[in-house]
Amino acid sequence: MLQQLFFLLIVRPIALIVLGLNIRHREHIPAKGPAIVVSNHNSHLDTLVLMTLLPWSLLKSARPVAAQDYFFQNTLLKWFALTIMHIIPLERHITDRSHDPLAGCSDALKQGDILILFPEGSRGEPEQLGTFKTGIAHLAKRHPDIPITPIFLHGLGKALPKGEGLLVPFFCDVFVGEPLLWTGDKAGFMTVLETAIKALAEEGHLPAWE
Amino acid sequence: MFSHLHASVLYGLGGILSVLVVASTVVIILKRRHPEKSYVELSQRINSWWIMVGVFSAAILLSRTASIVFFAFVSFLALKEYFSLIPTRRADRRVLFWAYLAIPFQYYWVHLEWYGMFIIFIPVYLFLLLPMRMVIIGETKEFLRAAGMLHWGLMTMVFSLSHAAFFLALSEEKNPAGGGAGLVLFLIFLTQFNDVAQFIWGKLTGRHKIIPLVSPNKTWEGFLGGLATTTALAALLAPHLTPLTVPESLLAGLLIGCSGFIGDVTISALKRDIGVKDSGSLLPGHGGILDRIDSLTFTAPLLFHFIYYLHY
Repeated sequence: MLQQLFFLLIVRPIALIVLGLNIRHREHIPAKGPAIVVSNHNSHLDTLVLMTLLPWSLLKSARPVAAQDYFFQNTLLKWFALTIMHIIPLERHITDRSHDPLAGCSDALKQGDILILFPEGSRGEPEQLGTFKTGIAHLAKRHPDIPITPIFLHGLGKALPKGEGLLVPFFCDVFVGEPLLWTGDKAGFMTVLETAIKALAEEGHLPAWE
Repeated sequence: MFSHLHASVLYGLGGILSVLVVASTVVIILKRRHPEKSYVELSQRINSWWIMVGVFSAAILLSRTASIVFFAFVSFLALKEYFSLIPTRRADRRVLFWAYLAIPFQYYWVHLEWYGMFIIFIPVYLFLLLPMRMVIIGETKEFLRAAGMLHWGLMTMVFSLSHAAFFLALSEEKNPAGGGAGLVLFLIFLTQFNDVAQFIWGKLTGRHKIIPLVSPNKTWEGFLGGLATTTALAALLAPHLTPLTVPESLLAGLLIGCSGFIGDVTISALKRDIGVKDSGSLLPGHGGILDRIDSLTFTAPLLFHFIYYLHY
């Protein structure tokens, strides 16, 4: 309920009016769970926009995978991350080897949820693609029949980059790729995924931002 | 109801509505007669027209303030599309925010009917203020390019377009035929009509390219055919919507036809420079908002000052 109000009154107006989305290949957006959405990461807005892309009825099953150390740093942020955003907390620095870091993700997929994952790990330099971490490959291997939709986002890193509090309106280009499946080996899968996202990036006109 | 509007404006909006009904009917008949052909783009184009006409008419019918807010929102969409297309410097993020802030101020001057401020706010104050803001940030690499592009955008997308809204701030008594809304309707309808007329004349009779380096599809036949049609229509509509005399209305038609064309190819040159075909995908079948208001960025200030000089 709180999540729906937040998205209806704040997120949607920001995403659709203040920013504005140019969506290419809308037909590839997952229409049901379980599914995994994988995107490049430049801004806090990324998660909100990706959740807006999903059909309204799927909002409650959207589960952004987010860094536990960042989002659990204070009570308010933790409450927001869990209650409003329904995140799956991920430990970035694993200390306990016996503990499965991807258990939360697997459980959510088994429930039919839609995972939102940023393989770059953090927001990094605005509007630059960083190297992908391989957690997504482990997840794909465990769930070889769940479709993984690659998405490339452009513009949100300009609108609200890391470390900035002031939102400056820019149109956001959303390039949705065809869903991928587990390919059989980790390195091969990572190459396919990275190639897919880079190919989406090349579809658009990305003006210089230096 | 609609007591703030003259009857002629209501008839005008009704007229536009019937043109759309005819266009939609023609598309339905074409689809039936030629089921093998694709009319996707034409249908999208007309559907987008329905939405644009719907929002515009709603704003005009609602109130003068709603109409001003409508134009402010169009300026916002256009400026946002422009800033999203051009190369920008990371250092200028906050400067761009100030540029956006100019929009509510500029349209507030319109609301106050404060002509003096309206006419100098962007060309003088923001022209000086934004470079100052950039200097405070201190990034000098590509400074001139960034300042120039920023100001060009503000002048085109905010200053020029806001002239369409300033028609609403002019004295109602001096235009007993149509009032402020009549002038707005005259400008918007003829500008958009001219675009369509030049396009159709060009499709039907176009042979000789007029400006092949910028816009290879534009022809002399399209330009002149559109110009003649627009001028004739301007003379027909002016007595019902404007204070213009017959010779003045013919000149107004020529002005809209010529400057609309120049506005169109100017935005084409901008897109060609940047390397995109459409400025966006906001209006299916048309492209982005800039693809639709390109002519208006030229016709709005020119028609405004033509009428303002003659009658106010």
